[in-house]
Amino acid sequence: MASEHSDHADPLFPTQLKILVAGGFGVGKTTFVGAVSEIAPLTTEEVLTAASAGTDDLTGVHAKTTTTVAMDFGRISFPTKNLVLYLFGTPGQDRFWFMWNELSRGALGAVVLADTRRLDNCFGAVEFFEARGIRFIVALNEFDGAHRYELDEVHAALRIGPHVPVVRCDARDQRSANQTLITLLESVLARAGHTTAHHAANPASAEPAGTHGSTQ
Amino acid sequence: MTDPDTPPSRHAYHPERLDSGPGQFAARPYAVTHGRTEASTPLDMMSLVRATGNRSTPLVTLGLVHAEALQLCRAPISVAEVAAHLKTPLSATKVVLSDLIDLRLLMARFPSPEPDFFNDPTTMRAVIDGLRAL
Repeated sequence: MASEHSDHADPLFPTQLKILVAGGFGVGKTTFVGAVSEIAPLTTEEVLTAASAGTDDLTGVHAKTTTTVAMDFGRISFPTKNLVLYLFGTPGQDRFWFMWNELSRGALGAVVLADTRRLDNCFGAVEFFEARGIRFIVALNEFDGAHRYELDEVHAALRIGPHVPVVRCDARDQRSANQTLITLLESVLARAGHTTAHHAANPASAEPAGTHGSTQ
Repeated sequence: MTDPDTPPSRHAYHPERLDSGPGQFAARPYAVTHGRTEASTPLDMMSLVRATGNRSTPLVTLGLVHAEALQLCRAPISVAEVAAHLKTPLSATKVVLSDLIDLRLLMARFPSPEPDFFNDPTTMRAVIDGLRAL
């Protein structure tokens, strides 16, 4: 949890949290971020240089190609609480896993947006977060004309356990996207063994059984 | 702050293997070189920076990019946001901001290589309450 290096109570800076928004290309990550962010989504890029595979060059100088990885992100500030929540969209192309690693550092969890037209496009994200023990929920972004999934169908299709919340979401709608974030946060709290007052007062609610230290 | 005795493998920015195909190996040269040779403060994309308000260095002596970056930092702002507004890659932005830190014009939170966000229950409940209120 808290690192001894960081000064979280520093009055000069707000406390930060970070949530990732993942999912396949075109699923609506930027739309989702834009729906909740207090600023229009920004794009930040990292440039990386790859040595090409050629081994014929006897001088040992390899050709280089540069690739740009772009990430859209947004922000929600809570000034009265001295908090700021950042929402980072994962890179559109799945192959930039190293960037996902950097993005994942310190992230409290992720929203995996699932496109009901192409559900398998979020397999990569699901596997990534499961492998690293990062808490996530699946949010079905429903497109017109697509198959309407029952939530347990999604659990089966994505091979995720019942403790992973699957919710419906309209990425364009602020309230819907907001509620999705709340669901993720509550899920993270529940998995850590804490409950919010809402759930404590309503024990019959569909709260996934928190199992401490269990793997997904 | 940088510990010159720390072996490079302990630093924040490791060259990451990019498994993008047979025989392909990628490194982030800016992070590996600039991060250690030019940028004396390791910054993460999420590191928060803000201007110190220090007047010891005349702002007119700053280059355009450094001056513009400083302008963005009057209130706490993340490195990623500065990069986005400047439209420069993260790597180059980190060098610019690190220069400003060296000049004492800018201060950063998370000077340690490993960023850690305050993911504790009290904070998360506060965010839930805040989101519900929106």
